[in-house]
Amino acid sequence: MAKDKIAKPEELADGINYTPPKKDWFDPKVEFVRGRYNYASTPSGLEYLGLPNPRKWQPDQEDWKLPKDWQKIVLKGFKERLAKFRSFKIFMDICVRCGACADKCHFFLGSGDPKNMPVLRAELLRSVYRNDFTAFGRVLGKLAGGRELTVDVLKEWFYYFYQCTECRRCSVFCPYGIDTAEITMMARELLSLIGCTIDWITTPLANCYRTGNHLGIQPHGFKDSIEFALDDLYDLTGLKIEAPINKKGAEILFIVPSADYFANPHYFGFLGYLALFHEIGLDYTFSTYASEGGNFGLFHSHDMAKRLNAKMYAEAKRLKVKWLLGGECGHMWRVVHQYMDTMNGPADFLEEPISPITGTKFENAKSTKMVHICEFTSDLIYHNKIKLDPNRNNHWRVTFHDSCNPARGMGLLEEPRYILRSVCNNFYEMPEDTIREKTFCCGSGAGLGTDENLEMRLRGGFPRANAVKYVHDKHDVNLLTCICAIDKATLPALMDYWVPGVEVGAIHELVGNALVMEGEKRDTDFRGNRFIGPPEAQPKEGKENV
Amino acid sequence: MPWFEYDDGKKVEVDEDGFIQNPEEWNKELAIELAKTEGVEEMTEDHWKVANYLRDYYLEFGIAPMIRKLCKQTGFTLKQIYELYPSGPAKGGCKVAGLPKPTGCV
Repeated sequence: MAKDKIAKPEELADGINYTPPKKDWFDPKVEFVRGRYNYASTPSGLEYLGLPNPRKWQPDQEDWKLPKDWQKIVLKGFKERLAKFRSFKIFMDICVRCGACADKCHFFLGSGDPKNMPVLRAELLRSVYRNDFTAFGRVLGKLAGGRELTVDVLKEWFYYFYQCTECRRCSVFCPYGIDTAEITMMARELLSLIGCTIDWITTPLANCYRTGNHLGIQPHGFKDSIEFALDDLYDLTGLKIEAPINKKGAEILFIVPSADYFANPHYFGFLGYLALFHEIGLDYTFSTYASEGGNFGLFHSHDMAKRLNAKMYAEAKRLKVKWLLGGECGHMWRVVHQYMDTMNGPADFLEEPISPITGTKFENAKSTKMVHICEFTSDLIYHNKIKLDPNRNNHWRVTFHDSCNPARGMGLLEEPRYILRSVCNNFYEMPEDTIREKTFCCGSGAGLGTDENLEMRLRGGFPRANAVKYVHDKHDVNLLTCICAIDKATLPALMDYWVPGVEVGAIHELVGNALVMEGEKRDTDFRGNRFIGPPEAQPKEGKENV
Repeated sequence: MPWFEYDDGKKVEVDEDGFIQNPEEWNKELAIELAKTEGVEEMTEDHWKVANYLRDYYLEFGIAPMIRKLCKQTGFTLKQIYELYPSGPAKGGCKVAGLPKPTGCV
């Protein structure tokens, strides 16, 4: 299977055309162009999860092998969700199509396709809502902006609702606060009722249901990976470090995305956590079952998100910990911060989180009992509980990508910056409209980070890459830090394409580099780059040796 | 789902990206043919070192090893592994070694 050819960056950028096409947007016909869509779910994943309509099919085929009464199933599902989720009903009703969101979506900016304007993407669903669920629509049909649910409309939903990363940048600009991610979630739920889902979501879901994590790592594999990381740390620091697994009665259960102990560059941040916890003597444990922070269920349906999330509190209860700490994961924090408490809580068997090192009470996590690692670490730094040598990160010139869900889903804006300013000397912000709550998505979130979807990812990631290019050109930035595993998996490809010369790293990788540990012997960072020391020790001209 | 044909008439089921669907169907001849789809014309000793390590790890743990572990155990840098398997260890390496494609935030 030869790789699809992708245009050169300049050609791709020049080819983006914002002039709307002549055809009426009511026309639902879409062409499934390779590079712009994801493969369909394989039957095995759906069967494992007990989901409807497992079959072999692909989106570019004419026949999607839908159940005979598919329309009835989708419309019934639509009706149920309008009754169950009040926000969905409101979002269907209140949009005045002012267009404030239109040019805020990274997929619109990178593709020029008007159906990627959040307002129009939502209209794809809303038009069916009008047609079938409003009095005006029932009587006037098309005149009232209604559209009948046809196979072509269904295919159009699939195409565009899997071209939304649920990043919610558009929602920041919506005067009504319509949460477009929730509209996409509802559309994906409806598609899942008839088995129209993508494999990059359902296979991880099946893995997660079987082993607790998206990768399908079993307990002995988990242990093997942790032990390897500890050996690696010994080689890097000369310190023998422990990391408890399934330790009953530990104070804290620590949950990370599984990619942290599998993939690069995530792994270097994982080493950072281990080094930090060792240095402060934290009483914590990993769990081999709650071995995944991420929750691809969020990209599938409310029920699936709930099913996958349940293991966090279940393991906390089994291991009798006091509270939960979570790693550098993106969408996990939307689930934890906004849904977990009511989905699987209340976690009244846990205690309100208090840092055992500083005594700080994490008031914000009072109800979920789960603290973000950046909150935890920034609190340690604020109270001078760890010794840091920012010169050890002098070979990096750093910028920070606010990962969508921690930024917009839980308001984690200051803590990562506070940490970065403490652990490195060269930190540069990207332009203001592209950071914090206005951050641009990596373009590959919500299950869209596949190889087959690469062209669309590069398009969707274009605005983010453009902002990185700005600081790369202006300040020689060579490291893009982030706190999301999907970012770490997909931003390297985005950088290689749009801004070569910029690597991707975790915040806790830089924390781990800068952390001065008692008894350590080390002269390199976690990647094996030699520390170059304070500025006076550096050559005056030329780029650092990285 | 597509089929991959090799050795005049043998065939195995593969996914859209050419990963074999039933890891137990893997054999060395198949690996050599799968490698060609990944731009590896000849499986050298170094290619086998990576593929065999991936395969052995998979048989023990049911999944590919950590990338860092693969590098350390085979003695290759990640860059060298990309030179051996241009689409990388998780894609090219795993495909040739008959492992399923790693999924999730990777």
